Amino acid sequence: MSTTTEQSAADLKTALELGLTEDEFNKIKEILGRDPNFTELSIYSVMWSEHCSYKNSIVWLKKLPKDGPHMLAEAGEENAGLVDIGDGLACAFKIESHNHPSALEPYQGAATGVGGINRDIFTMGARPVAQLNSLRFGDIKSDRTKWLLKGVVKGIGDYGNSFGIPVIGGEVFFDECYNTNPLVNAMSAGIMDADKMISATSHGVGNPVYIVGSSTGKDGIHGAAFASKDITEDSMDDLPAVQVGDPFQEKLLLEASMELADTDIIIGMQDMGAAGITCSSCEMSAKGEHGMIIDLDKVPTRQDGMLPFEILLSESQERMLVVVKKGKEAELERIFEKWDLNCKQIGEVTAGGMIEYHANGELVAKVPAESLVLGGGAPVYEREYKEAEYYKLNKAFDINSVDQPKDYKAVAKHLYTHPNIASKKWVYEQYDSMVGTVNMSTNYPTDAGIVNIKGSKKALSFTVDCNARYVYADPEEGCAIAVAEAARNIVCSGGEPSAITNCLNFGNPYNPEVYWQFVGAIKGMKKSCEKFKTPVTGGNVSFYNQSQQEGKDVPVFPTPTIGMMGIVPDKEKICTLAFQNEGDEIYLIGKSVNDISSSEYLYSYCGVKNSPAPHFDLDEEFKLQEAIKDLIAKSVVNSAHDCADGGLFIALLEAGMPNGFGFEVKTDDSVRKDAFLFGEAQSRVVVSVSADKKAEMEALLQKHGVEFFNMGKVGGSQMLIDGENFGELADAKAANEVALENYLK
Amino acid sequence: MKFGVITFPGSNCDQDMVYVLETILEQEVVQLWHKDHDLKGVDFVVLPGGFSYGDYLRSGAIANYSPLMKEVREFAEKGGFVLGICNGFQILCESGLLPGTLLHNDHQKFTCKNVFLKADNNSSLINREVPLDEVLNIPIAHAEGRYYASEETLKEINANNQVIYRYCDADGNVTADSNPNGSLENIAGVCNKAGNVFGMMPHPERAADPELGNTDGLTILKSILAAVPA
Repeated sequence: MSTTTEQSAADLKTALELGLTEDEFNKIKEILGRDPNFTELSIYSVMWSEHCSYKNSIVWLKKLPKDGPHMLAEAGEENAGLVDIGDGLACAFKIESHNHPSALEPYQGAATGVGGINRDIFTMGARPVAQLNSLRFGDIKSDRTKWLLKGVVKGIGDYGNSFGIPVIGGEVFFDECYNTNPLVNAMSAGIMDADKMISATSHGVGNPVYIVGSSTGKDGIHGAAFASKDITEDSMDDLPAVQVGDPFQEKLLLEASMELADTDIIIGMQDMGAAGITCSSCEMSAKGEHGMIIDLDKVPTRQDGMLPFEILLSESQERMLVVVKKGKEAELERIFEKWDLNCKQIGEVTAGGMIEYHANGELVAKVPAESLVLGGGAPVYEREYKEAEYYKLNKAFDINSVDQPKDYKAVAKHLYTHPNIASKKWVYEQYDSMVGTVNMSTNYPTDAGIVNIKGSKKALSFTVDCNARYVYADPEEGCAIAVAEAARNIVCSGGEPSAITNCLNFGNPYNPEVYWQFVGAIKGMKKSCEKFKTPVTGGNVSFYNQSQQEGKDVPVFPTPTIGMMGIVPDKEKICTLAFQNEGDEIYLIGKSVNDISSSEYLYSYCGVKNSPAPHFDLDEEFKLQEAIKDLIAKSVVNSAHDCADGGLFIALLEAGMPNGFGFEVKTDDSVRKDAFLFGEAQSRVVVSVSADKKAEMEALLQKHGVEFFNMGKVGGSQMLIDGENFGELADAKAANEVALENYLK
Repeated sequence: MKFGVITFPGSNCDQDMVYVLETILEQEVVQLWHKDHDLKGVDFVVLPGGFSYGDYLRSGAIANYSPLMKEVREFAEKGGFVLGICNGFQILCESGLLPGTLLHNDHQKFTCKNVFLKADNNSSLINREVPLDEVLNIPIAHAEGRYYASEETLKEINANNQVIYRYCDADGNVTADSNPNGSLENIAGVCNKAGNVFGMMPHPERAADPELGNTDGLTILKSILAAVPA
């Protein structure tokens, strides 16, 4: 293709090939008042892709609560949301998916996911302090899953370890629905002085526009468009759409950006992620209500002969677009010179809202910035949706159709060696969890990862949660549970839930049943976020996580991953999940419910795939969390651990393992024993309390109107339940720790 | 004592080390930049952990050619104290200031966890104050930490008490199971013959802040302070 063809008018056929619709093509002609050329059409195709424009989700995303008392930047305003954490500090945090690239090239796909999310944080002027990740894979017995898992974990590790920010939490979940489409969601959080935020904006006619960081290559061209379609057998042809990461460049870029943030020369800065130079220049210009003139010949490139549209759409990593005040060029260049990074002026800010891109002395594209961006001219669609067929089957489930197990010990062992419940040690030991010397959970395990704020009384807590099986079972309740579980984890660790970021992984939005899942999830998220006063600070939507299997479209479980941030007001009062003392009494706080719906036990041990979401009542959950907060604030309990996957039995085992404590407990005979031990009814927490504090605890719980059940005592080396010995805790711990690794051999 | 902590491009434990020395141990610390040719009159140089130059080519290999390494070599040759932790240890081995080398872990994976160590002897600054029967719980975080040296070198460093720490189990037994990376003879750290240059893979600075619930690393760092009068 020659430059000339790119500058001649493009037709509808080309538009369709680039993933635009006929309507969208006509709209572009209307905006420009003429036919677009190929370069311009390419710009629209990426900017209006699902990935950049949120065209099929924004109508619903707008319904989520965005404002909270501590919000400094709301969702969509900046690269990431910003929360006031007091003492003049703010926390920026965000989660993002890198599913499509990881499905093709797990190592680079995952690595660049980590790079991208960290850049979103430090572009704002915040120094990243913690990373988390949420991973979903298919059947662990398949060779493809093993390849994907090993590649993704190594990719996250190699990038994040070198970059030097600790991984403090995460989740890994396996189900056949992810066989072709793994999900790789990476989260990063950073801390900054609240008044030093760098905005993703551009204004001031004549101010210079710089590209900084890595050189631009041909990687990742049309990556955003690739992420906006289903995975098919042709997807390997899209391999060039996967970017390649360089964590060393990222580390240098971080340090240079931090130095830049300390100056007063900066107008705006934005990371180059999806759609590279195009997206950053358009979004910054649209936000600042100005234009830009950019000379693509000045962009440092990795190879000669790159075409203008390739430079514009390249998704080469570790680059930023920076606008500084005129006259301050030398100061900017000095900082980047120190860190041996490219820093090249490629244009300047202009009046009006037009962006002009020049190459080889000619104008190659001229587009109004505002027409390209979300909230501006990008299309917005309302999609139709209808209740999924399977939903009725789920609703019809009756617990009485399942016999109680004959061998409880066999169920217990099935669960603690199940890949979804087994220790994820094989995974997390490949991540540096201690660099930065802020991880307070290493030696004192907690339900949510705790990050020290050195020199302050406070700490931050973070968690990522989503049991996608629950969301599949019932999108609305399942997603409400995901938020509630995240909040419960924060609360059990001694924190106060503050805000969330979300990563919405779904199938094809043009499938009405998939869209029904999406709408349900948003409704559930909304009600839970409103209840816990945790606004949504941002995140991303990843549709098209589906593939053709035996002639049918198979979407992944709807997986709205919730990343939550909480503030620990007093780090003296962090609460561990681990039993602390022999003889402490064990209580179940929360209601015993005759429920096994959507539990790992029902799904994988009993083999029942259709059931509703587990028992959940938002008001009951809220009351429980208020009570737990009170117990921890008053230092009444010695440990608190949320009952989650695998139910109460697994919660007891997990509380016993860190310090090697067995337990002796009885079950509550008001419900089925399998429901009590292995059911996953929500709003239940296991605490341990010393005998001299138990009266105080019971009185507090009564005051809060929360049910409790005295189960027994911490101690011994065995797991004794109703007098039956479930084995040595040390043996269960050993089996739990090696299970995942054994699957991977 | 005046400490200098070098920042190479890609160092990521430099600020952790500065925090521990300055805030927790209340020592004078200056930050040194790899491009300078000035050690700023420090008494003790620390090469921190991280991924200098991305660990491209081979870990520590490029950092060895950073401008400031010329001064570090001269300083060490004159008897100045130099400590390399993790990537810093790798750089010191690359520079020839320490014997041996660090290969990829035997299991071929990066590994980050708490491990147990004990002092091999009390002959040098960095283990002089550490009781031989005390087991220390110290984190490691590396992909290339398998200590290797020729048989001859190994014999020599053992004979000269140049092995400063070895990996062990919770009870202090030096066993194969307690070796996290396949290091020869469970070697976690060594010093030079003169006893003024030290390197170790474990990170004492990550086990030094009471707020993180483990201060075993202070035992190692305080050994330095106790042995050298202020």
